[in-house]
Amino acid sequence: MYQITPDDRQYVEEFRKTPVGRHSPGLQRILNLFRGEAMAGKYVLVCTKPHREWMLGQFTGVRGEKIRMTNHSFTSLHEAEWYVFKQRWKRHTGEDLPD
Amino acid sequence: MKRIMGYSDQISVCPDDTIRFMVNCEAAGDYSARIVRVIHGDTNPDGPGYKEEAIETAVTGRYPARRQAIHAGSCAVVPDHAFLAALGSFTVQALVWPTTPAKGRQGLAGRWNGRTGAGFALGIDEGGGLALRLGDGRGGVAEVAAGKPMLAREWYFVAASYDAATGAVSLYQEPLVPYARTDTAVAISAPVALRLPANVQAPVVFAARHAGVAGKRTLFAEHFNGKIDRPRLANRVLSRLEMEQVRGDLIPVALQSSMLGVWNFSKCISSETIWDDSPNRLHGETFNLPARAMTGHNWTGEEMAWTHKPEQYGAIHFHDDDLHDAGWEVDFALKVPAGLKSGVYAAHVAIDDDEDFIPFVIRPPRGTASSKLLFVLPTASYLAYANEHMVTDAPLAELLTGQVSTMQPADMFLNEHREYGLSCYDSHSDGSGVCYTTRLRPIITMRPKYQSWLGGKGSGLWQMNADLHITDWLEAEKLGYDVITDEDVHAEGYTALAPYSVFVTSTHHEYWTKQMWDALDAFKKHGGRLVYTGANAWYWRIAYHPTRPGVMEVRRAEGGIRAWAAEPGEAYHSFSGEYGGLWRRNGLAPQRMAGSGFTAQGFDISSYYRRKPDSYDPRARFIFEGVGAEELIGDFGLIGGGAAGLELDRADRVLGTAPNALVLASSENHTGVYMVVLEEIYINSPGLCGGESDLVRADLVFYETPAGGAVFATSSIAWAGSLSHNNYNNNVARITGNVIRRFLDPAPF
Repeated sequence: MYQITPDDRQYVEEFRKTPVGRHSPGLQRILNLFRGEAMAGKYVLVCTKPHREWMLGQFTGVRGEKIRMTNHSFTSLHEAEWYVFKQRWKRHTGEDLPD
Repeated sequence: MKRIMGYSDQISVCPDDTIRFMVNCEAAGDYSARIVRVIHGDTNPDGPGYKEEAIETAVTGRYPARRQAIHAGSCAVVPDHAFLAALGSFTVQALVWPTTPAKGRQGLAGRWNGRTGAGFALGIDEGGGLALRLGDGRGGVAEVAAGKPMLAREWYFVAASYDAATGAVSLYQEPLVPYARTDTAVAISAPVALRLPANVQAPVVFAARHAGVAGKRTLFAEHFNGKIDRPRLANRVLSRLEMEQVRGDLIPVALQSSMLGVWNFSKCISSETIWDDSPNRLHGETFNLPARAMTGHNWTGEEMAWTHKPEQYGAIHFHDDDLHDAGWEVDFALKVPAGLKSGVYAAHVAIDDDEDFIPFVIRPPRGTASSKLLFVLPTASYLAYANEHMVTDAPLAELLTGQVSTMQPADMFLNEHREYGLSCYDSHSDGSGVCYTTRLRPIITMRPKYQSWLGGKGSGLWQMNADLHITDWLEAEKLGYDVITDEDVHAEGYTALAPYSVFVTSTHHEYWTKQMWDALDAFKKHGGRLVYTGANAWYWRIAYHPTRPGVMEVRRAEGGIRAWAAEPGEAYHSFSGEYGGLWRRNGLAPQRMAGSGFTAQGFDISSYYRRKPDSYDPRARFIFEGVGAEELIGDFGLIGGGAAGLELDRADRVLGTAPNALVLASSENHTGVYMVVLEEIYINSPGLCGGESDLVRADLVFYETPAGGAVFATSSIAWAGSLSHNNYNNNVARITGNVIRRFLDPAPF
């Protein structure tokens, strides 16, 4: 499995600008790692107002169990992607990315 | 959270037909109901928004809310019979292949009265091993257990006998394949003090335990996951040698009078009947559609088709989450009034802040057509995706979409209510693929307003709600149209299509029976014109149940993009005996039908098409009237921001694209999330993504047919999401309109 290296820091800004869409191979490699994680603890957005508001949740990894909801809600999917990316970056590298 | 949901007994009706609606309310009080004609279901604020036409009918009103439950889990049931009433001593045996022996108590074969607690039940206990439970009906229960867990996905011979005179019980748990240092075989005898009552008055049940009745419904519990093959019931204690003698299909003469039931699941495979080979003919029925045409304990691998060696397909695979018919009470019915235009309709029900749409199609009066333009609602594909759980069950969901998965209240409900049944993209709780699906339950993903995690950035639509982009555009263009369903095409064949000159597909018309294929093929051969406003159609060959409307089967045989894979030897449909899998592997690639077939998929953002030299051919001039030479086509839209997206098709002469086909334009610049389909990959290698592979593209295709007809293919699921852009004034809408108006002109091509 791919391990994040210090060189990958250069792709963070690219993600921040375009979380969904055309990406450099370097960013795509990071995203394949982040987005391919197992279901236990995996992030999911639960739509609370269609096209306007989403709450962040996490799967437990057990079939049929309720989504574990967090307190984070978003009014833009772009913001939500950035928040999830930061959490994953922190888990893989130990680094807190600035807002 | 979802509080109200329902379903109807039919999906397609004509004026004067009666359609019934069944509703469950999780809230108290009463709910409102009314009929609407659905025009547009996309709530994206960047698009035209939700549109309906209210229809005043006798349905309009308020109805008492009530809870209606679904009881999932399959089994097979032999009704109680006079021959069973005399049962004292007995032997019960079978060959079993448990898939989840550790999940808790599971019934294998028994005659247990769930109301009184009398009878016997051979099953798997909490420890995962075989156990025989006996009940005297007065609260007394005795159990003899093997005490060793069975291995999952291994065949076992299991048997138990009971001597009514002495109370002696014998139990056998014997793996057919032995392993070193893993001994799961058990043979024990033990006396029990308990005596069975004279007649327990109960059916024989396989793969579950009878748990009583609720109203008109029989309830079952302790559903088994796994296969059962050749169960037998004898009216006395058989020796181990005699058990062996009756294990096969030929019962020795000396033992024939001892046999109460010799069930042969390799007979009547296409039905719900379980056949008793004994002269007693204690036939039964399966409940909730367990999987049939499953390889038995004696499958050798020499034959892949169950029709050739049925005796090797004597197993039924039962699941604790199988479902056929929710079986709810009717809440209200609609006698379809005369004079309603053909279209997509729904019963809209609402309580508190929740609502549900129960969709159905109204056809023109039977035997007539009200337009030359036909839009076919792909109800087979809707069934394949019905209530799918990929977003909660498949770790790859986020990789496919290139974005954090988004769930709707309907998805949350389905995650926690597995009894609402699975889709053919799901796996059962034991990990085996789901090959049957039904519409006799609420399908809360088949709804206007529903957004799907799979539908790309933007509107996020998939299947029905995406297809309403087409009806909305037809309305905006004031193009009259009739609507029928896949089920109609399957049942009536070319007769259903003959009154029309233009057949418009859905965005993703993926699942076709042979009957449906032949109907559309005949339509083209009669000069009919085909407008393929989607991608990845004519992909999976399917079968409808021969006698149960609304039930469909798909076997995910070799090749193709598959959510699961059929087990070896299980690629042939039980409903029809036909080989399943891709139409391409059945010799009919989609390029033969529409000049274009599945080539790549990705579910993040969409792209655009660029015109190719063929688009300037005089034969194609009518298509590009009003479109500039340098215009990019569809660099806008509600589905991923472009007209070329989600799933893409391409022309390929080798796969059957007509030699006279023009490739008018191709899409380009797709993201790295797009990947070439698996059926194109023989040796996997780098370079198969968007931006790397030439196979990641959608081809805009046009060709004339020998009968004076023509075919136009957009080759993209996202195409319809661009139709409404700029108040329906854009080059995707213009091209689509140019094509349909010319196709409606009877002048031959």
